[in-house]
Amino acid sequence: MSQTGGVPSTPPAGEPVPADGSLPEGTAVGERPFSMYLHVPYCRTRCGYCDFNTYTATELGGGASQASYAAQAVAEIRFARRVLGAVDLPVRTVFVGGGTPTLLPAADLAAMLAAVREEFGLAPGAEVTTEANPDSVDPAALAALREAGFTRISFGMQSSAPHVLAVLERTHTPGRALAAVGEARAAGFAHVSLDLIYGTPGEREVDFAASLADAVGSGVDHVSAYALIVEEGTRLAARIRRGELAPPDDDVAADRYLQAEAALTAAGYDWYEVSNWARPGGACRHNLAYWHSADWWGIGPGAHSHVGGVRWWNVRHPAAYGQRLAAGASPAQAREVLSAEQRRVEDVMLRLRLADGVPRGLLRPAGRVALDDAVARGLAVPAGVDRVALTLRGRLLADAVTRDAVD
Amino acid sequence: MALTQRASGPAPGATDPARIRNFCIIAHIDHGKSTLADRMLQHTGVVEERVMRAQYLDRMDIERERGITIKSQAVRLPYLAKDGASYVLNLIDTPGHVDFTYEVSRSLAACEGAVLLVDAAQGIEAQTLANLYLALENDMVIIPVLNKIDLPAAQPEKYAAELAHVIGCEPDEVLQVSAKTGHGVEALLDAVVARVPPPVGEADAPARAMIFDSVYDTYRGVVTYVRVVDGHLSTRERIAMMSTGATHDLLEVGVISPEPTPADALGVGEVGYLITGVKDVRQSRVGDTVTTARKGAAAPLGGYRDPKPMVFSGLYPLDGSDYPELRDSLDKLKLNDAALVYEPESSAALGFGFRCGFLGLLHLEIVRERLEREFGLDLISTAPNVVYRVDMDDGSELTVTNPSEFPAGKVAAVHEPVVRATILAPSEYVGAIMELCQSRRGTLEGMDYLSEERVELRYSLPLAEIVFDFFDALKSKTRGYASLDYEPHGEQSADLVKVDILLHGDPVDAFSAVVHREKAYAYGVAMAGKLRELIPRQQFEVPIQAAIGSRVIARETIRAIRKDVLAKCYGGDISRKRKLLEKQKEGKKRMKMVGRVEVPQEAFIAALSTESTPAKPK
Repeated sequence: MSQTGGVPSTPPAGEPVPADGSLPEGTAVGERPFSMYLHVPYCRTRCGYCDFNTYTATELGGGASQASYAAQAVAEIRFARRVLGAVDLPVRTVFVGGGTPTLLPAADLAAMLAAVREEFGLAPGAEVTTEANPDSVDPAALAALREAGFTRISFGMQSSAPHVLAVLERTHTPGRALAAVGEARAAGFAHVSLDLIYGTPGEREVDFAASLADAVGSGVDHVSAYALIVEEGTRLAARIRRGELAPPDDDVAADRYLQAEAALTAAGYDWYEVSNWARPGGACRHNLAYWHSADWWGIGPGAHSHVGGVRWWNVRHPAAYGQRLAAGASPAQAREVLSAEQRRVEDVMLRLRLADGVPRGLLRPAGRVALDDAVARGLAVPAGVDRVALTLRGRLLADAVTRDAVD
Repeated sequence: MALTQRASGPAPGATDPARIRNFCIIAHIDHGKSTLADRMLQHTGVVEERVMRAQYLDRMDIERERGITIKSQAVRLPYLAKDGASYVLNLIDTPGHVDFTYEVSRSLAACEGAVLLVDAAQGIEAQTLANLYLALENDMVIIPVLNKIDLPAAQPEKYAAELAHVIGCEPDEVLQVSAKTGHGVEALLDAVVARVPPPVGEADAPARAMIFDSVYDTYRGVVTYVRVVDGHLSTRERIAMMSTGATHDLLEVGVISPEPTPADALGVGEVGYLITGVKDVRQSRVGDTVTTARKGAAAPLGGYRDPKPMVFSGLYPLDGSDYPELRDSLDKLKLNDAALVYEPESSAALGFGFRCGFLGLLHLEIVRERLEREFGLDLISTAPNVVYRVDMDDGSELTVTNPSEFPAGKVAAVHEPVVRATILAPSEYVGAIMELCQSRRGTLEGMDYLSEERVELRYSLPLAEIVFDFFDALKSKTRGYASLDYEPHGEQSADLVKVDILLHGDPVDAFSAVVHREKAYAYGVAMAGKLRELIPRQQFEVPIQAAIGSRVIARETIRAIRKDVLAKCYGGDISRKRKLLEKQKEGKKRMKMVGRVEVPQEAFIAALSTESTPAKPK
C-alpha cells in the first residue's frame, strides 16, 4: 500500500558491498542529521497499481515470515550500529513504511522502534511516523502505537470514490480512511497524513474534488497527492495494455494537480514539496531529510540507505535478507559511492522540488543561466536568500527545469 | 591462375572472328539468368563442378544477397559445337536494373545476339521488355528461351506463345531449358553458335574498342572491359581514351575465363579486359572508345554519353562527428562508381552532409546500403528529389538539386525531368494502373495486349512522381503482379512550387519539397500531420506550418507540455531518478535544435523515410 516507502520496484545498478557492510574509507559518518527508515515488506493483498517491494503470504514462499520479521529488522538495526561505529547518532526521524506496516502487531513495530532507541537513541522531539492501511488499524492498535512512541501516522486513503478505489484494487471502503483518521486523533496522534492518488482511469474531476474535500474535512495536518504512475509489470499496466482501461492522461493530471493546489491552499495547507502539502508544523520531517540529503539507514528487504555520499540498497527478497543477517553479513545488495558532482546534481534535483527552492550556490554557470531563463518564462521565482523556487506552473514541469538546472 | 582450363580453345588475340559469338542474356530478376550463366560455365568446362558456387559471376555481396547483378562481367567460354568446330562464346552479363539503362545499352552494343530468358511460370516482365526493345533497336539476333520448365507451375505453351507474339517468331522457335537441372543448356549453346552472327570488323584498321564496363579493384586499379571492334590492342601499347584524349600504358590485357587470364592481345570481335594502372573509374568511362595512342582511330564508335544523375538526396551522418568518415567513404565509393556525384552541403536541421546525385532510386539505395554496410556509417537520407531547371523572370536559369534552394518567387518557368515508363500487368488491373498513373500526372502513350491476360501500358510520367512511393503503390494496386521499367525521356515544364515546413516559425530545410501546385496542400497537410505525431511536446506551443512562399497552406499545433514531473521522489527513488536524469541529458544531446524546438533524430528519420520509401522497380 505504500506511497512514501523507500523501496520501489527496480534497484539501480551498483558496486558490491563488503560482507561486513563497512563503508568506504573516509565516508563521513555523523556529519549530517541521521534518520532511520524501517521497511515492512508485507501486504494482505497486492494492489493493482503497486510495484513496491512487498509480498503477500502466498507470494512469500519459504524462508521468511511476517512472524519472524521484527526480529530480523532488529538484527539489522544492531548491525547498523556496528557498521557506523561509536559515533553519536541521535535519530531525528523514524519512518516505518511498506508494504503495510500495520499488518504487523503493534508490539512488533514497538519492538523495532525500541531497538532504534536502544542502539542509537532518539533525538529530543523526534518524529516517528508509521504508514497504515485504513483497513488494518483499530483504536487499540493505534493506542499501542502511540504508547510505543509513534508521533505521526500516514493513511493511504487514495480516493473517496468507490469506482476509483476499485480500479486501484484497494480493499477499504471510502469512509474507512476518514474513520481511521478520527481514531488516530482520538488515540493522541497530533500529526496525521492522508495520501491521495489522482488521474486514475475513470476518475472524474468531481471524484477528486470529493476526495480533497473529505481529506481536508478530516482535519489532518498533511496531505500527499500523487499522480497515478502506471508501473511496468503491474496488473494495472496489463489492463491498460489490453485496452480495458484508458491510460492516464498528462493533461488531466495537470488539471488535477491545479485542483489539488487550489483546494488545499484554500483550506490552509501549503505546498512544501511537489506532491506534499501541510498545515503549519505539519510537514513530514523525515521526508525533508531525504530531500536535504541527510544521512539515513534503511532497514529491511530492498530498503535504501544514504550515509555521507554512499547510497546502498538491500537484497529484495525477505528470505535472502533474513539469511544474510542470520549469517552476520550485510544484507546490502549493492551500493554507489557518489562523486562530488553526482551529489551536487542530486542536491539540485531534490531541492528544486521543495518550496524553499534551490540555493544558487549549488548551480554552475550554465545552470544559473537556465534557471534565470526559467524565471523569465514564469516557471520559477527568486526565493529567500539567493534561492530559486518553482512557480505553480514550474512545479508541473519540475523535471524539465531540473534537466537544464543541473548543467 | 587458379583453375585449369579443360577446354582451352583458340588463344585471345589470334581468334578468327568467324569463330566468335558475342551474346548476352536479357532476363528479369529471379528469372534465372545467373543460374543459367553458371550452367554455361560448367557445361563449357571453364569452371569445374567442385569450385562452382551459386551465381559465380556476381561478385559483390549485395549482388548475391539481392540476387541481382549490378556490375556486368564478360566471360570467355571455349565451346566445341555440334558441327565439330571450336568456338569462343563471350557471355556478356548485363546489369539487370532500371537505373542502369545506359550501361545495359553499352553491354548490348558489345553483342550480336541476346538470349531472351523468361520464367516459364511468370512470363515476360516490363524490364525485360524494355531491354528487349533496346536489343531490337541494335538489330541483335534474339533467341527466345523459357527457363524453369521443370517447375510444376510452368506454363511453357502459354508463355512461348506470348514470347513469339512479342518478338514476332513462331512458338516452336522458343527454346525450353531448366538452368537448375541443365536441361536444354547444350541445345541453347548450339543455338547461340548457329543463330548469332559472328562479329565483323577490320583487322588492319586502327584499333577501336568500346568500353562496356569498368570496375575498381583494390589491387589492380581500374579493370576496363572492352569489346574490340576494329584492329587489336596489345600489352605494353599506349592507349588513348577518345572522349578525353587521356593516354595510358596498357599494363595488361586478358580475358575472363572465368578468372582473369592475361593474354598478348585482343583482336577483332574479342571481349576482354584492360589494366592501365589508373585508380579512378572516371578515367575509363562506359561507352567510351579506346584506341592506340599512336596511329589511333580518327573517329570514335559513337554512342558515348556522360552519366547523368537523375535523382538527388542529401546524405547526412546520424552522428555529426562521422562527417569526415562519410566524405572518405564517398571518395572511395566514387572510384568504382562513375555515376555517383556529390558535393558538401549543410542543413540547419541535419548538420553537415552531402548532396548526392544518382542514376535512379536503386542506385541511391545501393550507395546508401554500401556506405552503411561496407563503411559502418549510420545515415539519414533526405527524401529523394529530381533536378529542376528553373527559368527566372530576368532570363537567368537555375539548376536546383536541393528543394530548399528552389527560388521562392520571380519564376518564369520550371522544367522537370520526364520518364517513359513501361508497365506490364494482368489485364484486370488496367483500370487501377491508369488511375494511379493519372494521379501521378501521367500521360498514356500507348497500350498493347501481349496476350489475352497481359497488357503493356506505356506512360509518360514526371520522374518526381515516381521517386516517392510509386512502385509500392503500383504493387499494392496490382497485388504484386505489375512490373515497371522506365527510362529518361526529356523534360517538361510544369506548375511546380516549393512547400516549406516551418516549425515554430523556422523553416526546416530537410522537409522542403518541390511539388505540383495541385498537390501542395496534400503534401503540406500530410507532412505537418506526421510531424505533429513525431515531435514530442515542448514547454511551449509549437505551430507546424506548411507554406508556399509566405502563404501558409496547412497548419498543425503541438500543444505545450503541461506536466513533466515525477510524482514521487523519496529515499529509494533518488539513485534511480538521478540515473534517469543522466540518461535524459544524454538523450537531449542527440536532439536536433530547430530554433528553440528540440526534435529527436528519430523524428527526422521517420518523417523523411515513411513517405519516401524509394520505389524498387522490378
